[in-house]
Amino acid sequence: MAETLEQVTLRVNGTTRQLRVPARRLLSDALRHDLRLTGTHVGCEHGVCGCCTVLLDGDPVRSCLMFAVSAEGHELTTVEGLTPRDGDELHPIQRSFQECHGLQCGFCTPGFIMSIAGLLADNPDPDEDEIVEGISGNLCRCTGYRNIIRAVQRAAELLRAAESEAPGADDPSPHGAATTTSVSVPYAPSGADDHDATGDEGSAR
Amino acid sequence: MKPPPFAYHAPTSVAAALELLAELGDDGKVLAGGQSLIPLLNMRLAAPAHLVDINRIDELVGIEVGDDAVTVGAGVRHAALERDEAAAQAAPLLRQALRLVAHPAIRNRGTVCGSIAHADPAGELTAVLALLGGTVRVARHGGDSHDIAAADFFVAPLESSLRPADLVTSVRFPRPPIGAGSAFVEFARRHGDYALCGIGATVALADDGSVATARVGAISIHPTPLVVDCGAALVGRPPDDERALTAAAELVDEASSPEPDLHATVLYRRQLTRVLTARAIAAAGAHARRRRRGTTHPTQEGIDG
Amino acid sequence: MTTQMFGEAIVRREDPRLLRGDGHYLDDLGHDAYAVAFARSPHAHARVTQIDVADALDVDGLIAIYTYDDLPARLAEPLPLLIPHPALTAPRTGHALAPAVVHHVGEPVVMVVASDRYIAEDVVDRIVVTYEPLPAVVGVERAASGQRVVHDGMDDNVAAHLLQEVGDVDAALATAPHRLDLRFEIERSASMPMEGRGVLARWDPDDPRLRVYTSTQTTTSVRAAIAAAFDLADVHVEVIAPDVGGGFGVKIMHPWPEELLVPWAAMTLGHEVKWVEDRREHFISSSHERGQIHDVTVGYDDDGRILALDVRFLHDNGAYTPYGIIVPIITSTQLPGPYKLPNYRVEFTSLYTNTVIVTPYRGAGRPQAVFAMERTIDAIARDLGADRTQVRAANFVQPDEFPYDVGLVFQDGRPTIYDSGDFQASLRKLTALIGWGAFAQQKEQAQADGRMLGIGLACYVEGTGVGPYEGAHVHVETSGRVMVSTGLTTQGQGHETAFAQIVATELGVPIEDVAVTTGDTRRFGYAVGTFASRAAVMSGNAIALAARAVNAKARTVAARALEANPDDMEIIDGVVRVKGSPAEGIPLNQVAVLSNPLRYSFSEAAQAATQFAVPADDDQPPVRDGEEPGLEGRAYYSPPRSTFANGMHAAVVEVDPQSGNVAVLDYAVVHDCGNLVNPRIVEGQIHGGVAQGIGGALYERMAYDEHGQLLNASFMDFLMPYASEVPTVRIDHLETPSPLNPLGVKGAGEAGVIPGAATIAAAIEDATGVPISRMPLSPDELFRLLRSNGTAPLAPLGALGTSIPEPDDQHGGNA
Repeated sequence: MAETLEQVTLRVNGTTRQLRVPARRLLSDALRHDLRLTGTHVGCEHGVCGCCTVLLDGDPVRSCLMFAVSAEGHELTTVEGLTPRDGDELHPIQRSFQECHGLQCGFCTPGFIMSIAGLLADNPDPDEDEIVEGISGNLCRCTGYRNIIRAVQRAAELLRAAESEAPGADDPSPHGAATTTSVSVPYAPSGADDHDATGDEGSAR
Repeated sequence: MKPPPFAYHAPTSVAAALELLAELGDDGKVLAGGQSLIPLLNMRLAAPAHLVDINRIDELVGIEVGDDAVTVGAGVRHAALERDEAAAQAAPLLRQALRLVAHPAIRNRGTVCGSIAHADPAGELTAVLALLGGTVRVARHGGDSHDIAAADFFVAPLESSLRPADLVTSVRFPRPPIGAGSAFVEFARRHGDYALCGIGATVALADDGSVATARVGAISIHPTPLVVDCGAALVGRPPDDERALTAAAELVDEASSPEPDLHATVLYRRQLTRVLTARAIAAAGAHARRRRRGTTHPTQEGIDG
Repeated sequence: MTTQMFGEAIVRREDPRLLRGDGHYLDDLGHDAYAVAFARSPHAHARVTQIDVADALDVDGLIAIYTYDDLPARLAEPLPLLIPHPALTAPRTGHALAPAVVHHVGEPVVMVVASDRYIAEDVVDRIVVTYEPLPAVVGVERAASGQRVVHDGMDDNVAAHLLQEVGDVDAALATAPHRLDLRFEIERSASMPMEGRGVLARWDPDDPRLRVYTSTQTTTSVRAAIAAAFDLADVHVEVIAPDVGGGFGVKIMHPWPEELLVPWAAMTLGHEVKWVEDRREHFISSSHERGQIHDVTVGYDDDGRILALDVRFLHDNGAYTPYGIIVPIITSTQLPGPYKLPNYRVEFTSLYTNTVIVTPYRGAGRPQAVFAMERTIDAIARDLGADRTQVRAANFVQPDEFPYDVGLVFQDGRPTIYDSGDFQASLRKLTALIGWGAFAQQKEQAQADGRMLGIGLACYVEGTGVGPYEGAHVHVETSGRVMVSTGLTTQGQGHETAFAQIVATELGVPIEDVAVTTGDTRRFGYAVGTFASRAAVMSGNAIALAARAVNAKARTVAARALEANPDDMEIIDGVVRVKGSPAEGIPLNQVAVLSNPLRYSFSEAAQAATQFAVPADDDQPPVRDGEEPGLEGRAYYSPPRSTFANGMHAAVVEVDPQSGNVAVLDYAVVHDCGNLVNPRIVEGQIHGGVAQGIGGALYERMAYDEHGQLLNASFMDFLMPYASEVPTVRIDHLETPSPLNPLGVKGAGEAGVIPGAATIAAAIEDATGVPISRMPLSPDELFRLLRSNGTAPLAPLGALGTSIPEPDDQHGGNA
């Protein structure tokens, strides 16, 4: 009574990946254990803690509340996709977390970072209430959140500064394109070019 | 916490989905946004043999803002409707309520129709649909689509009048009359949690500024979304008249049948019902006044509980 | 570049790795391991009568199913009693897998090994365990009544009973001018780290060695337990804590059943085996804390000076007592806080219930102690009509009274002696920070606007840095890298940074050259663990001492090469040089080369240490008497007793009398943990602690029903605060160095959580005028309290509430 396997093609961090998994394979498990992208964490598997947050066509979603097979045809971004893997560069959101001491054990951190990437792509200059709303679906047991809120404010500053410096970065539809192109223009991983070709997924909505 | 095995189907047309659902009967379960269903699967509180994933059916993705209603297809996410300016203009209550649905990441994936089909008595959108007098469009293999009125759709907690093999293809939210105001207020333990009580209100004003109509849609205090016409208490009065609001709150309280749970006793739910009813109607009245004056852009609407 | 790093608020060195998603938490390892799931008891108290696995055997991917009867003799024994105590007269511990009787929901009964966790759960679903339910004991008062008994062979539910007394309480109470009898309750909560527990084991039969990764707060003790259980040599067992996603106490408990079963399965099956706890398991199968009921009698004079304090409390220890009675002992001994209690008696009874075991959760008995003490002080102030700060000040231990002996035996078996502090100065800072003096006017103003504001404060003293010891090893490699290791573990406290700061300062090297490893028995085998706010005190000082030893050795070796006096040498920026002549010096990496006399060179630099390259003193052996090769040092720090940190919190809250909602408008903290190694990290610890304090005050509880079912075993219903529930925290520090240790530091890890419930309760009481004697307090409970007290308007507006039903009408129809 071996389980039927589905052939799934995922676009993750600008790269196309093939896997054969049962239909019930949660996207979080597929990313972590099949694709070995272990930066996405799993804290509750019932959609409350936000540790497993990834971007689906630029929007933060819970990867524990999605099946890998359902993610086919969408552009996924995990924390590993924010910066090139071959250096030690930090994305502005990551830098601001370090500067503001927005993490302690680090387990919830990638989920926060992805929620914030989605938030800032939507709203580059959020006020404190909007920040709290943006991260209100992520639990952290270490920091008491205030330093995370400061980190979002700081990241927004850094990103706005980078945006105004980067030529041709005025993406007219921050919500339409995959977020690696709109959030992290100067930091897009290699492979982000072909990424643009399929990045119109979200704007169809 | 891993889901049990199931057979997976991902039709790309409504017709194919309906055929599948007809074939599967009781064994089939529709997967839309999955934000309510997948937690149940992960906890193994549900174990459908077949899942019919409707996320690949493009014809279900669409928001149509017509002269008399906002129609939302079964593929539309909460976030998409929340962001839709035309829908917010036409029926501000939609955005007012959607902002209170769980957290942003859930709204990015969860669907409007899925929330309604789930028939959770704590689901904000069930009350919005009921309050606006909306309908659910249901399709079925070998038959014509038909509309079910909200009042007939919600049967009991987590139970709708859908039959096996039925597919909700869209829901229709009638526009409130021009100039009517609305508000949705709720009280939850934590921001984004299921509300212990939530009250949506629509208020239309007469030319003299008094209340012409006032209706309330409530969640978490009744087995199904509760709609109460508060006109008897408020018509002819200013919408912030304390005695009238008190009377209206009493009408809603009397109509409700709250149950206790971990987070709230019956007494407390009744208190919240009264408090939030008064606050929601007053806020909807203020909203109606602003809309009459045309001073406010709908994106700025929204009242927190 | 400076190497004076101690005390600097530098950013954390572990952050880039964690931020990029490159951390390695337990479930990031062993992707090809077999997965484990458990059939756990659905009953709080039951006899296991039959286990039928027939229907599970044909599941594709099943590897093995184990029950109690399959366990080898040593694994079938009860789990160890970690901390025996003479007062713990009826200790009981659980088993790796339950034998005949289960004592709480969640106890492991059957272990399943399968190709992955999905399959393992499928198998568990098909195993049929038949239970004969027995009556459950839930709630500490029911346990005390003894009508039902948790454990066979006992006449009651009393695990332990302990009384400590200073002075003569009865005599002092008899003559005290004023007296109050009070009752204070705190409910259960839990550590609830974002990462649950988890164990990965690899057995290498060719080079007989068991490697175990576990998300623990103590690797050395887990190793000892595993080695003992399987009769393996210590050196053949390697236990490593990878990155750990939070601990807060629950991971100091060990060995968990899974920490023995998973290695056993790996050895038995000859394959990597992994168990990753899911959230439901964490709720029902790890541990909880906090549940206590305290009865207090206090006698005091007209100034509010406490003449006698008599405390009797019931402690709910859950189904077993593997961690002994540490929590109630801490409550007993930390209850006096910053106050002089000439006559103090404390007596507790620790009771079994059919619920999850109780082991320390951040704060460990202190939040309860502070709640009882501080609420008592507030009650005195209320009774006398005195300002709450004045009553506190009247009772403070004074700065010239340190060291101050409380007269009790602390959790480490040593006397409770406060080493330093200045409580009056702390209080001055706190009242200034929160604006205590001006608040009355603010409150009045708010009242006029129809708003209900209140202010409260609470003080605590926290014994930190308990022994027995920690050790450290500092090794300067010939590359110049400084490899530092200490045996205790890290769960987010920034040890890679703080310990590197200590080494950079003590050794005189750039911090970039320092690499810190914690919690790896391959690197350092002697340790106790991370708990009781002890890492900075214990390992921090051990590391400082080891670095100092390396510093001395480097100066000796370099002085020999330069023909100088070691006492005239100093290490600046990684160069050992003669004081006053900076040009004359040897870089530390070269000193490392010279410290290890070589026959065989391995690099150009190493040639300098070979036998024909070194100018030899023919009268001396190459390694001098009393010296060892290599530029390294090992040291241990073992304090005579704990060092006592202290602090005070204050909060301003607004109560909405219509909904019972409590909004925390302002939160201020004054904290004294001696010298700060890294203020940024200390403040982060306080922030996180305060959030847990708010959780304990307003949100978090374990809702057991009378059958012992945990009704809120999910993040949907166990309400941990989100960002939207936690206030901004303002912090001021006082630094009174500890005289007990070389660095003058005290622990800081738990402080933030300790006075949370007491502070919020005080503020709500001030806002509403209604006595608050139990926490947590939900909006529903507060509303009903206000209503029964006549404080809340019975309805939102006007006459609206007159027909609200009475509280007993729980299901009631229409109003």
